Amino acid sequence: MGERELTRLRAPSAAGLGVSVLWLSLLVLIPLAAVVTKSFAGGWSGFWAAVTTEQAVASLRLTVLSALIITLINAVMGTVLAWVLVRDEFPGKRLVEIVLDIPFALPTIVAGLVLISVYGPTSPVHLDIYGTQKAVAFALLFVTLPFVARAVQPVLMELDVEAEQAAACLGAGPVTTFRRILLPQLLPAVASGAGLGFARAMGEYGSVLLISGGLNRTEVTSLYAYGRIQNYDYVGAAAVSTVLLGLSLAVLLGLDVTQRRGRRRG
Amino acid sequence: MASAVVTRDAAAGGVAVRRTRRGRYALRGLALLYVGVLVVVPLVVIVGKVAGAGWTQLTDALGSPSAVTAYRLTIEVSLIAIVLNTAFGVGFGLLLTRYRIPGRRLLSAAADLPIAVSPVVAGLALVLVYGPIDGWFGAGLAGAGIRVIYSLPGMVLATTFVSFPLVLREVVPVLDEAGTDMEQAARVLGANSWQQFVRITLPTIRPALTYGVVLSLARSLGEFGAVRVVSGGISGAGQTQTVTLLIDDKYQQLEGGTYQLALLLVAVTVAAIVVASLRRPSPGRPLPRRNDREER
Repeated sequence: MGERELTRLRAPSAAGLGVSVLWLSLLVLIPLAAVVTKSFAGGWSGFWAAVTTEQAVASLRLTVLSALIITLINAVMGTVLAWVLVRDEFPGKRLVEIVLDIPFALPTIVAGLVLISVYGPTSPVHLDIYGTQKAVAFALLFVTLPFVARAVQPVLMELDVEAEQAAACLGAGPVTTFRRILLPQLLPAVASGAGLGFARAMGEYGSVLLISGGLNRTEVTSLYAYGRIQNYDYVGAAAVSTVLLGLSLAVLLGLDVTQRRGRRRG
Repeated sequence: MASAVVTRDAAAGGVAVRRTRRGRYALRGLALLYVGVLVVVPLVVIVGKVAGAGWTQLTDALGSPSAVTAYRLTIEVSLIAIVLNTAFGVGFGLLLTRYRIPGRRLLSAAADLPIAVSPVVAGLALVLVYGPIDGWFGAGLAGAGIRVIYSLPGMVLATTFVSFPLVLREVVPVLDEAGTDMEQAARVLGANSWQQFVRITLPTIRPALTYGVVLSLARSLGEFGAVRVVSGGISGAGQTQTVTLLIDDKYQQLEGGTYQLALLLVAVTVAAIVVASLRRPSPGRPLPRRNDREER
């Protein structure tokens, strides 16, 4: 990308850049800065007091823990899904491709409603997890289902099967082949998909809203922040929001750095 | 002797093949079971519920005045958001890939920010800046008679925020891959910038652009959290209810018609995915690989 000739900015393109940056600032950057500013309206002590109330701590712990757990599950199941979609051939594979994308695009409130109708009080399969932390994790698994699979799929498609065939010829079993040949090459993609899913899970709201049952023990941070907003406690809402923002950004930044380093090495 | 070796190898190969095949079936079963429990079963149950309630329930729910008002508002908000994000995505994408821009990486990362932001935080951020009472700009705007939060512009801003980088992210890699050779050739042959854009750039990015627009459409139609915050969660105020807000409201009020409206959104979503997957040449990433181009 760097070697290509890039045009110098002239009057029309400079004006376009100005408008773009202004729009980006008005819509995204200034509002996010306002959240951070608001959370420190009462200074450090005010911020600290707001994020250490009992319910704020409980919500942050639940959010981070359940996001971590579902990220692990996603990393494993996403890799399995990607492998099945790339290396396996079976009737109805295209249908699975389409189904896999549904959680990406389905409105979160509909996702919540759908889950509650199956795994809620009126469950036709007698699996009622309504109002439990399991339900929160389940909703998060639903909305983050495609992240890892979609990140790994293109990488897996590019890989040559020859190295795996060579390993198999030399007597390596499928597990060894996977661990020694495939996994190292897939790991960056798995990490990037899992990281994106983690960031998404940390901020998830709509799908968790209904199935969490509005209880304290299932209140994730976005639900807690919404409650604070409704009570016009903007400092309290902004403080936990700043923590959420910080955590998501740290994850995405960490991914970016490790991936750039990996690319340079490769 | 030689033939013995061959048969032994073949036998070993047979065992290996059988073992791999068993592993393959196990993995396939696991993947299908997982997707089934998580996605397919819930969707089937929704369809079953709506079908069980009957046809008149469905038409009543979808044709009720509150639903029709919500469709109109949702479509209005989504269309404005998509137009804004498409214009920004293509324009900013071209600027990022075709011009020498100071701080390009930082700008590109800033445009990606909304992906990592919770919808509730997005809504809060907009309220803090554009809220009518003590918002940074909102107080001034309210003084000038412009109401942003708790009204249509706020919902447009919230929807635009959450789907902000979707077009940009699809378009930039394609613009990068395609390079500037053809555009330069067109310029040498006397094309002005508009002709370059319409004849060269647009056809190159069209599949990625369509895909990005479809993604934005799905995201906009379905946005809930951010819009809920900026619309103030006023229940019953039919004017500021999008379809997703209406679904939540009906569910909380234990009114009928929730599942029917939900099924409508499921249908729209699936349609969008099918269109997008037809547009996307291979499942995975879009468009021309560098190798293909060089071989040609």
